[in-house]
Amino acid sequence: MAKNTGASKFRRVDVDQFDDDKFVDDADTEAESAEGANDAEVNNLLAQGKSQDALKLVLTSAPVGSKSQAVKDRAFNTALRVLTSFKSADIDKSVKALDPRSIDTLMKYIYRGFETPSDNSSALLLTWHEKTFVAGGLGSIVRVLTDRKRV
Amino acid sequence: MSEKHNFGIKPVTCHAVSGDKNGMALSLNDHEVKIYKKSGGKWQETETLDEHGQRVSGIDWAPKSNRIVTCGADRNAYVWTLQDGKWKPHLVILRINRAATCVQWSPQENKFAVGSSARLISVSYYEDEHNWWVSKHIKKPIRSTVTCLDWHPNNVLIAAGSTDFKARVFSGYIKEIESKPSSNSWGTKMTFATLMAEFSNGGGGWVHSVSFSPSGEKIAWVGHDSSVSVADSAQGNRLVVVKDSFLPFMGITWVTENSMVAAGYDCNPMLFTYNSGQGSLALVSKLDIPQEKAAGTISAMNRFKDLDKKASSGDTSAELKTQHQNTITQVSVFEGSKDKCKRIATAGVDGNIILWDLGSLERSIQALKIS
Repeated sequence: MAKNTGASKFRRVDVDQFDDDKFVDDADTEAESAEGANDAEVNNLLAQGKSQDALKLVLTSAPVGSKSQAVKDRAFNTALRVLTSFKSADIDKSVKALDPRSIDTLMKYIYRGFETPSDNSSALLLTWHEKTFVAGGLGSIVRVLTDRKRV
Repeated sequence: MSEKHNFGIKPVTCHAVSGDKNGMALSLNDHEVKIYKKSGGKWQETETLDEHGQRVSGIDWAPKSNRIVTCGADRNAYVWTLQDGKWKPHLVILRINRAATCVQWSPQENKFAVGSSARLISVSYYEDEHNWWVSKHIKKPIRSTVTCLDWHPNNVLIAAGSTDFKARVFSGYIKEIESKPSSNSWGTKMTFATLMAEFSNGGGGWVHSVSFSPSGEKIAWVGHDSSVSVADSAQGNRLVVVKDSFLPFMGITWVTENSMVAAGYDCNPMLFTYNSGQGSLALVSKLDIPQEKAAGTISAMNRFKDLDKKASSGDTSAELKTQHQNTITQVSVFEGSKDKCKRIATAGVDGNIILWDLGSLERSIQALKIS
């Protein structure tokens, strides 16, 4: 009979690494601004009343490639602050000035905003949604659902 | 313009057309394959191929050798040959441990490829010596289910789309049955299972359908992120992606060297044109332009009846304006070839197969220019 040695080292051997069919998730090759928009810079733009520039900055520097939830949360809060700084009447014009890629990112932030509603944010986000939907169509909503690069 | 053929209320999940255009094989989302024959403009059911144990996932009909290959979720493939007016099955051992998802004959019809959820492509060829279909596997670097396949016209390369969001080009060269392939725009070294190219359109979306252009220089594919992508090997594997405002597409096929038709959840086939000079890809037009229904006057009695019964007045029909009333699952060339397609067929979840005459559509839709 085998002797009980009390050895437990073998339990820590990662047997999965020897499996040929092991699933390895895609490493993100493109390092897209993993940090997100600079908070101070966004605040500065908002203070100067340049909401449109702030929106563009937030959307183009969204940390979609980042693995850290904290970074994403921070970027989302900044984005939400920018979105809520708009007057309802300006939203339409602002959305029309965006390129398709930014519209997809904007739609992702809008749905993220629906996930965690705060006081009065949903009403404004619905207005954003209406205008963004006109610009991006159903495709942009589908991409919120399918894209691995979440905000 | 278009002919609508109904095959019942169940979805047409896959279909294939015979070489003489008088035969149609299709599966209505179950384990049977039904064979139809055209007589007097109608499709008459002639035979049911009942050999698969589970849902049939792919059918292909070889036009020259008149053989049908089917594959299904029961992990089997059958090659059917017509003997004395009856289709006789021949089991193919694919050696896979998950469902088969799609199947296609090679252009010369001496082999066929099967995609599977076992993360591999099985290429099968006939061995005369043993009277048996033999399968070889392409495994690496596929990391998820293979959802769609297409053969290059040179009978060697295979394009495959997968649920790992990538489209790939592999070599399916079987040295036992064919002579060494000459080099082409995708590369020179083509031993079996070599990965010739791999494309990702930027993360997101299962690839639903992939198609080689008639020359074989380009591949086009559609994904669940509503994107249409074209990779051009003649231009150093340049990738052009359009992320559109529509619902995702399920099927795509080239209809000329520069144009392709994609269709899917929007129930409406759409023509896209790729311009290799500018490297641009753009939607040209939808093919299904709904006829404006005359807004008939509604009688006072009907108006109040509707208000009473449906709590609404006016048009409340749930009918879509498009000809397909539900998702289109597959697009195929019905008549002609990929470089000069005359008619395409679209099959839908509504149980319809619609044949679209591209020539007459081009004449009737002003925006539609097929280049």
